[in-house]
Amino acid sequence: MSEYTVLAIWGVILALGIATYLIRLSFIHLFGRINQVPARVKLFLKFVPAAVLAALVAPQLVTPSPDVAAMVLDERLFAGAVAAVVAWWRGDILLTIIVGMLALWTLQFGPELLL
Amino acid sequence: MNGDFKAGARDSIGILLGLIPFAIVFGIAADGAGLSTLQTVAMSAVIFAGTAQLVTVELIDANAGLAIVILTGVVINLRMLMYSASIAPHFTDYGKQTRAYLAYFLTDHVYAMSIAEYTNEAKSRNKRMYYLGLGVSIWVVWVATTAIGYLLGAGIPEELNLMFAVPLVFLAILVPAIDDAPQVVTALVSGVFAIAAAFAVAEFGLPQGLDLLIAAAIGIIAGVVSEEVMG
Repeated sequence: MSEYTVLAIWGVILALGIATYLIRLSFIHLFGRINQVPARVKLFLKFVPAAVLAALVAPQLVTPSPDVAAMVLDERLFAGAVAAVVAWWRGDILLTIIVGMLALWTLQFGPELLL
Repeated sequence: MNGDFKAGARDSIGILLGLIPFAIVFGIAADGAGLSTLQTVAMSAVIFAGTAQLVTVELIDANAGLAIVILTGVVINLRMLMYSASIAPHFTDYGKQTRAYLAYFLTDHVYAMSIAEYTNEAKSRNKRMYYLGLGVSIWVVWVATTAIGYLLGAGIPEELNLMFAVPLVFLAILVPAIDDAPQVVTALVSGVFAIAAAFAVAEFGLPQGLDLLIAAAIGIIAGVVSEEVMG
């Protein structure tokens, strides 16, 4: 249980809510006055989705460790690889989730069920 | 209902299946940190950013300083600057007030799905309605399932690892987005640096979220450089 007071928690919600909204609004607001996005900026923006998504995913699949074998033999990495193949093959979010979760559960609980 | 709004709402279903476990986990974590029902629901409604919310309640639970909690949330959400800049050219036809409320719904998923739809020239969607179809559906379900998670408490067995659905959603969006060699370079460089940076953040107590920003920035630069090298 936290020692945060009711007021402090509301303060966090309000401050972070306003800050997050201003971040979201930033360029959407500013670009309204500019009709043309510079080609240089466009070149950088093109890579934003792949960069951000890869940075969100990778640490969820692998945990750095001096033991390379343990690092590579991660259940999450296997399940993620299977899910990536499904995503590439079908491009379907729901199917990717189902196959990925089933792969993870098979690796986690399968050996126990067999023994 | 408007056809393009409906199309956005329909396209949000896959994302929602990944987000519902996330919202439930957030609700459970908020309960554990001692937040009230109203505070938990308000956090989802006002901040509307899962990763930042989850990290925030974890830091509140750990009694981290007020400034650190807010700063960490801001750092995690700074990636939305990139989304805002990327999607802004598609909203320039709309007035100030329309842009002001559209901005409110700009999340990872709404951004990724909308950009994919806008750049698909075969589909001539009403950009605002498609975006709102996605954004409003995700917002409503996000807020509602947060409340359900809070009320469920810790009833769901942790061994099921339902949180794993979250990276699976990102993966399902990422893979089809990689359509040329420089994009492959970006994804690989960004992914490798994200793992290294996540390790560094945990090891040296750097602000959570900084790893994501650094890795993405390096990945983008790698993509731009490889595009110029490959022509």
